[in-house]
Amino acid sequence: MPDILSQGFFVQDAAPRNWAEQFVRDVLMPMLPESMAAHFSVELGMVLVMLGCAGIFVAVVPLLPLVLVLAERKVAARFQNRTGPMRVGPWGLLQTLADGVKLLFKEDYIPPQGDKLLFLLAPYVIFTCSFAVFAAIPFGQNILVSNFNIGIFYIMAISSVIVMGVIMAGWSSNSKWSLLGSLRSAAQIVSYEIPLGLSILTVVMLVESLSMEAIVANQAGGISDWLIFRTPFTFFAFFIFFISSIAEVNRTPFDLPEAESEIVAGFHTEYSGMRFALFFIAEYANMFAVSAIAVTLFLGGWEGILPDLAVFGGGFDILGGLPGFVIKTMGLVFLMMWLRWTLPRLRVDQLMNLCWKYFIPIAFFNILGTGIWGLIFPEDTPLSTGISIAIISIGLVQAYVFVGRRLGQKSQPQPSSA
Amino acid sequence: MEFTLKSLIFYGFALLTVTSGIVVVTVRNIVHAAFSLMVTLFGVAGLYVFLQADFLAATQVIVYVGGILVLILFGVMMTSDRLEMRIHIERGQLLLGGTIALALLMLLLTIIAKTPQWKNIVDEGEQLQPTTERIGNLILNGQFLLPFEVVSVLLLVALIGAALISRKEVRD
Repeated sequence: MPDILSQGFFVQDAAPRNWAEQFVRDVLMPMLPESMAAHFSVELGMVLVMLGCAGIFVAVVPLLPLVLVLAERKVAARFQNRTGPMRVGPWGLLQTLADGVKLLFKEDYIPPQGDKLLFLLAPYVIFTCSFAVFAAIPFGQNILVSNFNIGIFYIMAISSVIVMGVIMAGWSSNSKWSLLGSLRSAAQIVSYEIPLGLSILTVVMLVESLSMEAIVANQAGGISDWLIFRTPFTFFAFFIFFISSIAEVNRTPFDLPEAESEIVAGFHTEYSGMRFALFFIAEYANMFAVSAIAVTLFLGGWEGILPDLAVFGGGFDILGGLPGFVIKTMGLVFLMMWLRWTLPRLRVDQLMNLCWKYFIPIAFFNILGTGIWGLIFPEDTPLSTGISIAIISIGLVQAYVFVGRRLGQKSQPQPSSA
Repeated sequence: MEFTLKSLIFYGFALLTVTSGIVVVTVRNIVHAAFSLMVTLFGVAGLYVFLQADFLAATQVIVYVGGILVLILFGVMMTSDRLEMRIHIERGQLLLGGTIALALLMLLLTIIAKTPQWKNIVDEGEQLQPTTERIGNLILNGQFLLPFEVVSVLLLVALIGAALISRKEVRD
């Protein structure tokens, strides 16, 4: 029965895991009474299982933003020496839920001068693309929707469509703020996709596969096997990837597309109620998704910190490394929030300078360096990892000294020339 | 023909591609046409998946939707001052376009007539190998290294040219 469900839409790697077929054959079929089992084919069962999984997926993933929004407010409050939301529920835990209900009941305003069809469609384009990305992320051992042969490339392709939704929203609102916001966003996303893709390429060069499963499998065996420490170049690539990701999801210090002090709320200025909530949910889902991708590519995915232990030992094996994955991802999400509440917003020219004059040349250098490293150390050995970590440490110390000196020079009172 | 879930999805994609393609050429508003083209390109990517060309499908989306279409819309938004941007078609253009379309139709019909048999290779139990590795091997180890390098140099020239033209001192 070589149908689409057994093979998946995309070509699978050598051994397709086919958990759905296994589940139907071993678990579902014996449960049925004999009279029904005769009419029940494995294929139909798999369709049901797939639909069930998609249902769970669609129901659970939007809960993430719910948690993240509250976390962001609490983190922001801590940074500003406040308590944050405290009224709804214990410690304000139900605040986001209350906000969600409020948004549901708000008026669904459609600008009469705008383009109605595209205005209604735009939130769904962004929402769909944000969530389609999750299909290729391995959350844990055997916890992933589909093991594509081209996993990371699929993620890049789908997330590059989000910008179409942003343009759609900005243009159809027929408002200056929206249009300016969407133009800024388009320029920003298209620019930062280049260093992002190039730093992904360094990982792909080392793993020799585009499949997310293969990338995680390549990092099995503890923290020293994580791709970030494998070569000095992937170490830099991680930072370029992470910073470019922040720019891709339009967060401070790269939140020019929705800069409140300049263009109200950017491309979603005219949206209200549930349609606005869709943008909001998509933004936080994106934030989680890029962190999860960074963890998968550079920080070992669901593989644990210690060798031969799933996460904290045998006890969590059943979850297939999911707790470790979530902890690592949440760490990066927290880092994003930290940056947001610490750094001021960049100017447009600074934004473009950073991308085109610093990130892209460094990313190309990284690719060249990774290639040379691969020629010198064709196999990953303790020696190569040791040399890599030594180079990274020396580089970090140098950078610390350099930055310290620059800051020291800056803080000295400048002799006035006037 | 046996009806399977796969064929249903295939015809869904085909329908999506053709309908949105018709909308692209009939609608008068250029921005609507561009967004409809997005759906067409998506549909074509879906059809590529059915041909087991997964790498090509993702490339299609990333290059055409994420790159070229965004630039088209960028251009339209930068240059138009009104929401309604309409296309004006003159009679001469209609004649020329019609002729080219007719010629293309003839070409496609000839190809369709010459195709010996219609079959879905996957349904017959053949499983194709992932294409990414083969594409990479053909480009870097094999016979397509020179064209690949020529194209990359061409892109570099275009990049430098664009940067040069957009510089103020050259424009003035």
